[in-house]
Amino acid sequence: MICGKVWKYGENLDTDAIYPGKYLVYFDPEEVARHAMEGIDPEFLQKVKPGDIVVAGGNFGTGSAREQAALALKYVKIGLVIAESFSRTFYRNAIAIGLPVLELKGITKAVAEGDELSVDLQTGFIENRTTGWSGKAAEQPELLLKMIAAGGALHYYKNKLAKG
Amino acid sequence: MGMTMIEKILAKHAGRERVAPGEIVEARIDTVMLHDVGTPGVQRPLKELGAKKIADNVDCVIIPDHYVPAPTVQAAENLKLTKDFARKMGVRHFYDVGRGGICHSIMVEKGHALPGQIIVAPDAHATTYGACGALGTGLGVTDTAIALAAGELWFKVPETVKVVLTGKPGRFVSAKDIALFLLNEFGNERLIYRSVEITGPVADGLSLESRACMANMMFEAGVKACLFVPDSKTMAFLKRATGGRSVPEPVRPDPDAKYEEIARYDLSRLAPFVAAPHNPTNGRKIWEAAGIKIDEAFLGSCTNGRLEDLRVAAAVLKGKKIHRDVRMIVTPASQNVFLRAMAEGLIQTFVEAGALVTNPGCGACLGGHLGLLAPGEVCISSSNRNFRGRMGSREAEIYLASPAVVAASAVKGEIADPRLLEGEKP
Repeated sequence: MICGKVWKYGENLDTDAIYPGKYLVYFDPEEVARHAMEGIDPEFLQKVKPGDIVVAGGNFGTGSAREQAALALKYVKIGLVIAESFSRTFYRNAIAIGLPVLELKGITKAVAEGDELSVDLQTGFIENRTTGWSGKAAEQPELLLKMIAAGGALHYYKNKLAKG
Repeated sequence: MGMTMIEKILAKHAGRERVAPGEIVEARIDTVMLHDVGTPGVQRPLKELGAKKIADNVDCVIIPDHYVPAPTVQAAENLKLTKDFARKMGVRHFYDVGRGGICHSIMVEKGHALPGQIIVAPDAHATTYGACGALGTGLGVTDTAIALAAGELWFKVPETVKVVLTGKPGRFVSAKDIALFLLNEFGNERLIYRSVEITGPVADGLSLESRACMANMMFEAGVKACLFVPDSKTMAFLKRATGGRSVPEPVRPDPDAKYEEIARYDLSRLAPFVAAPHNPTNGRKIWEAAGIKIDEAFLGSCTNGRLEDLRVAAAVLKGKKIHRDVRMIVTPASQNVFLRAMAEGLIQTFVEAGALVTNPGCGACLGGHLGLLAPGEVCISSSNRNFRGRMGSREAEIYLASPAVVAASAVKGEIADPRLLEGEKP
């Protein structure tokens, strides 16, 4: 179960907003985390707590395929991103590095910034503890859950390779 | 219920009888393509995976093209790393600088894009391979590294949208115009994560080069793949391109396949089409953009740098001069295209008209080198992206168009309809 406070963003949030291109040379987790959401919300780092949940509109993570966009949110310990829809590259990169993501149409209408959510990643059940609203995203395929649990597709396949 | 092309390809590679949209499957990878940006990019995840070698079932093709020849020391280091990696890993298909050209063009030209196969690359325009009926798709560097090392990867089975193209497009209405028209019709979101099958009499009539142009360009709508159904033309092309290597049995959609949507377009009345700044979906009919003054005309890229593109542009330019206020840059897509363009006298036509011909590569299209735009400049380009800052300054403007429109505009000094340049009625 993932429980946290909502930080809310709009439609078409691109990778330059999530992780500005000028920091592409960095891969060190601490340095990457330092620039999370810098392109749209310079106060993000001050207010966010581990386990918090990012909620956003459609086409989240559009733009470049840079993996640091997903890494930055993972390294600031965002528990989950729920969006109306994701850009294909962001979605894949999130699974690759182990950032939980859920897609639910209507989520931006159902939750406000600051709401407390609890989410069962497995069933896709989302409860808004602030307002009492609840909703359900699609059930997550077992393979995706396994990869998230392993810390991302990279670690899942690393374990698989090691077993031969 | 039957399956669409991508469903059949994924099912086959996942060892499954059938798959359905929305399912997640693990599929075997046939080919991984890397270039001089992707090869350095996969090093860190390969190390994290503990991978010592490329998986036995994966055919790796390495084609440096983004920064060739190296314009900076950093680029030179990346090219060296790329070459060393190809050697160390025993990569059989390494097209070094001067031996290849633009990666996606080489993949098709040299018969590495094979029907029914899964081909991945750390580059969005890998959708190009759909021209030959391959599932070509772009990935991030971690996913690409997994594909290389594990020889398999997870895929979400996408919904398929079938596009049926009918009618008789007029003169100077090319695959590029059709693609820009479709991008404008579908917009930025409707095709995200979808597979698109392009069919109908117009698709059947397109050359393999034209199909590659469309499959390349459709990525700009956010598709996972864009597939053409292999036909006798595909098989004849691949027989030549592979030079004796075996061509796998093509995968075709079932007649009773289920599509999320079937979109039909009659292209009889389609006019040359351009995309205005700053998005490829921002389409206009040629007369809505005609008259806009230009500073640069660019002919090249993995979208439109092939021999047929150079032929069309040279036919427009033959005996004419490029406008005195315009610089025209011509970048053949490959060494082979360069050679044949020389043999046919196309290069001569370009140089005589006042165009600058560069070596094959991605240079100007990606704003890396070989012709960047200054603030306030306007470019008409045969490439695939007109995002703000893509070809240089963020204050420059890029219009996307077909090779014929690019050539006509270069002569007129403003965006121009090639049909009018010849004194024909539109």
